[in-house]
Amino acid sequence: MDKFVTYTSVVIPMDRANVDTDMILPKQFLKSIKRTGFGPNLFDGLRYEDVGIPDADSSHRPIRKDFVLNLPRYKNGKILLVRENFGSGSSREHAPWAIKGFGIDTIIAPSFADIFFNNSFKNGILLITLSDIDVDTIFKEIEAEVGYQLTIDLENQKIIKNSGKTITFKVDQFKKTCLLEGLDDISLTLQHKQEIQDFEKTYKKKNPWLFK
Amino acid sequence: MSERIGKTLYDKLWDAHVVREDDEGTALIYIDRQLLHEVTSPQAFEGLRMAKRKPWRIDANLATLDHNVPTTEYKTVEDILDPISRIQVQTLGMNTAEFGITVFGIGDVRQGIVHVVGPEEGATLPGMTLVCGDSHTATHGALAALAHGVGTSEVEHVLATQCLIQKKMKNMLVRVEGTLQAGVTPKDVVLALIGKIGTAGANGHAMQFKGLVIREMSIEGRMTICNMAIEAGARVGLTGIDEKTIEYVKNKPFAPKGDNWEKAVASWRELKTDDNAYFDKVVEMDGSLIEPQVSWGTTPEMVTSISGIIPDPKNEKNPVKASGIMRALEYMGLEANMAIKDIPVQYVFIGSCTNARIEDFRAAARILKGQKISSLVEQALAVPGSGLVKKQAEKEGLDKVFIDAGFEWRNPGCSMCLAMNDDKLPEGKHCASTSNRNFEGRQGAGGRTHLVSPEMAAAAAIAGHFVDVREILNG
Ligand code: SF4
Repeated sequence: MDKFVTYTSVVIPMDRANVDTDMILPKQFLKSIKRTGFGPNLFDGLRYEDVGIPDADSSHRPIRKDFVLNLPRYKNGKILLVRENFGSGSSREHAPWAIKGFGIDTIIAPSFADIFFNNSFKNGILLITLSDIDVDTIFKEIEAEVGYQLTIDLENQKIIKNSGKTITFKVDQFKKTCLLEGLDDISLTLQHKQEIQDFEKTYKKKNPWLFK
Repeated sequence: MSERIGKTLYDKLWDAHVVREDDEGTALIYIDRQLLHEVTSPQAFEGLRMAKRKPWRIDANLATLDHNVPTTEYKTVEDILDPISRIQVQTLGMNTAEFGITVFGIGDVRQGIVHVVGPEEGATLPGMTLVCGDSHTATHGALAALAHGVGTSEVEHVLATQCLIQKKMKNMLVRVEGTLQAGVTPKDVVLALIGKIGTAGANGHAMQFKGLVIREMSIEGRMTICNMAIEAGARVGLTGIDEKTIEYVKNKPFAPKGDNWEKAVASWRELKTDDNAYFDKVVEMDGSLIEPQVSWGTTPEMVTSISGIIPDPKNEKNPVKASGIMRALEYMGLEANMAIKDIPVQYVFIGSCTNARIEDFRAAARILKGQKISSLVEQALAVPGSGLVKKQAEKEGLDKVFIDAGFEWRNPGCSMCLAMNDDKLPEGKHCASTSNRNFEGRQGAGGRTHLVSPEMAAAAAIAGHFVDVREILNG
């Protein structure tokens, strides 16, 4: 995983609550056995006029011009701003794969669904939970200012506005370290191999029926 | 403080599986069982291979085919016409063979929806931690197991380390007292709950169900409610152990035998919430007031009772919610203030990990017996949750009841719950569905899903629109 560094980007405002994982990446794309290539199909049903086909080239498909991802003013945005309960529904990690593949690596919302939350961090996407009021303010500021940008400083847990105003945010320290250092969970866990083996031994004595 | 605060069932299950925990509460939790299926596992196996890792404990894993398989007759993988579905099915076969993992493949009578198969085989046991790359893993909590969905990276993590990195959730109690009316089912209880607390109402919480209604409910009924805990935002749904749980598990193929059985049962009896345990959130419901439920919108919280009407966005003060209702009504092709009973039904789907167990088919068959589905219904599917459910139903003659009524009696799989195979709800059609999600396009692009119980789906099939199944039962 790449290390998460401080960056400044245009913010894409998607004014919608309860955006579920079927919307983020429709189910036909779950048939892939790869982790990559989902970016062009992010929000496929909302973004294109026709129905997307897995593994097909999406570059010439008719787009819905009024969908926010298609508006030129938000082109190359790496920050997505949404309303509450983003990422509800299925546990498909294909949803964060699509988001990352599209080039978004920070999402700001009043709340996120639990499984999506974990899946996103594991793929180097930073999810920031802000109050309803803060989110609402940013929506209004984007509306008012073409080219509106935010700077995301994970190290110091700050969102910095062009005006110089900052909003601090909370983040789980373990998840933060993993993002900043680009660490892979499995190798981190395997550093505790001995502890797992010790646990397993005691556990097996107590629950022999769980082992063959 | 005079008395020590007791533990919830979730606390107990958690404590028994903590390998290590850091100061911030990030813990390594030992996982007893991982269930695998073809959609969310390929990238996990690929990751293992790339890192040259081996599964930590092969016997902790069990795989089945469900999301992509056809429900019409097929004999080999070559019979799966969609090339991409075929690749996923083949890939699961190759991966399980390479790593030595047991798989219920094509032609195996045990093959079926992962959340039906696990409990049915005794692969889900009380006291276990269980994960699967699927959000409806909450189902298994009905056996007093700590079970939840994980993403594919976590599937790989569990394969490689037998552990999961987790933070403890909060505790939420849903207490349902009273007695359910005839015709009101576990599905109605959970839909009414989601209607009440919303799809994010339990985010961050493990949800335990208690109360007389739950105690009187069968294990399969408890699976139905735990299954949909995720639709209220809870990754974990739980019910405590009782004699029914132990009776259910007994003699299942993967269940402990002999001496081990006695030992296991003794330890399982502890799997209950202490009387003085603390819950961060409590929701109380009166079961006797719950009516049969029908969802009218595009999230499971957009639900009301059969005697209800579709809400008017004009009456909704929260603007985000009001625009949500408007969008849903447009997608569903419905008008505000319309009676639920006036919604026409052209498709009926009885199946999915929520309602495709034997009791569900028995219940629907009771309504369908001697009846014919309406001429307005274009297709009605009955899709058992596993090969064993299908076999049992056929033994009881239920297949004939469905077929005589005009249903198609299919082979096990996820089918029209999410329409990854050929079973798709066409654009603009309304479907009375026993599944769990009514998201836009979930059952087929442009399809309009209404979540209901098996009894309500059967009743709608006969009438061609939604009807109150209580009226049918009361003659
Ligand atoms: S039946 Fe539906 S909800 Fe259940 S596992 Fe299959 S696709 Fe998912």
